[in-house]
Amino acid sequence: MTAVLEIEQVARTYGSGHTQVTALDGVSLTVQAGELVAVMGPSGAGKSTLLHVAGGLDRPTSGTIRVTETDLGRLGRAGLAALRRRRVGYVFQELNLIAALTAAENVALPRELDGVRARTARTEALAALELVGMAELAGTFPDQLSGGEQQRVAIARALVGQRPLLLADEPTGALDTLAGEAILGLLRARCDAGVAAVLVTHEPRYAGYADRIVFLTDGRVVDQTAHPTTVAGRWS
Amino acid sequence: MSIRYALLSLLDQQPHHGYQLKTAVEGWLGQSWPLNIGQVYTTLARLERDGLVALGEVDAQGRQTYQITPAGRAALADWFATPVPRDGLVRDELLVKLVAAVAARDGTAFEVIRGQRTATLELLQQHTRHKAQAERRGDLPRLVVADLLIAQAEAEVAWLELCEARLRTAGHDRRGGGAAPLAQPSGPMPQREGP
Repeated sequence: MTAVLEIEQVARTYGSGHTQVTALDGVSLTVQAGELVAVMGPSGAGKSTLLHVAGGLDRPTSGTIRVTETDLGRLGRAGLAALRRRRVGYVFQELNLIAALTAAENVALPRELDGVRARTARTEALAALELVGMAELAGTFPDQLSGGEQQRVAIARALVGQRPLLLADEPTGALDTLAGEAILGLLRARCDAGVAAVLVTHEPRYAGYADRIVFLTDGRVVDQTAHPTTVAGRWS
Repeated sequence: MSIRYALLSLLDQQPHHGYQLKTAVEGWLGQSWPLNIGQVYTTLARLERDGLVALGEVDAQGRQTYQITPAGRAALADWFATPVPRDGLVRDELLVKLVAAVAARDGTAFEVIRGQRTATLELLQQHTRHKAQAERRGDLPRLVVADLLIAQAEAEVAWLELCEARLRTAGHDRRGGGAAPLAQPSGPMPQREGP
């Protein structure tokens, strides 16, 4: 098994003195290739902060984070930005799709920003849309798509360029249960194909798709469900 | 009671013999509701006594088939039209355990909540895998069963989380000894016998 994400004794505090807030307090978590880990916990438990530091959107106050064996603490701003573009895909509740671009153009955009030629980026975008069952709607603009379809495009954008780590923060937020389950089925399938993913959710029904459920309270891991003996085979 | 109507609804589609009925009900409900063949024949005998089914033909292998009667169809329609009563409190061991732990005010309640939440989430993961299998097979009855088990697990986890938040707000901490005393129940609790 290959560890895609390694979080070791990570703490993140904001502010100082008597106004200091501890968002994460010594969290350790390893996510292997092919593994889907769900993070649950009450509001303010540190779930979103954990995703932000895991993907290099924020830096921890202490502790170590490695993504595909690269220590994020050793990277400067440019290095961190490059790692985020190439190795980490993000899916948020707010989809942030660009209204003036088609589904395929939205998905191709992060690759073009990374310097990939437009034609190659488009080919990769179509392949990513195919993975999420949206190939036929590649030429459609976001406002012509349902909420579930828009979320599929956002997932394709997170996967494009074969990024090994997917970080999803309440990706089912505005969707009804069946559409939400379809999104989870999709994340599950990507993990079965080798992607490592961390899903933040407050809904047990979606956490049920994970190989492992980690429970955060006050910035600490307080519980987790049994670790599968082998990641492969749990879902097949 | 439920098995009686499950058999009637199968016989409403076509005549069946006892073993076919057992297999069909198990196909719907899976291991969540094991059924022995003796139970099927006892139920069929009662349905026949009540005039809701009648003996049909004996098939080529010499097995007795059963068919639904007009009175059986009417009873089945009534059953579908009547909501299942869901009033009052189910006698559930977890409820008793948690109420006792909360009353002890020594932090035990947090241990109960956390242990149970993890166990129920593990069960939910298992149900989700069964649901995915049923989905791949296009097995709608099994999907309905999985959906219920998932909804129950989901409701239990949500309830446990609410209890934990309430205990924290009420000043129960893990070391025990809270600030404000919990209110005493002011009236009789609704009661319902468990299934």
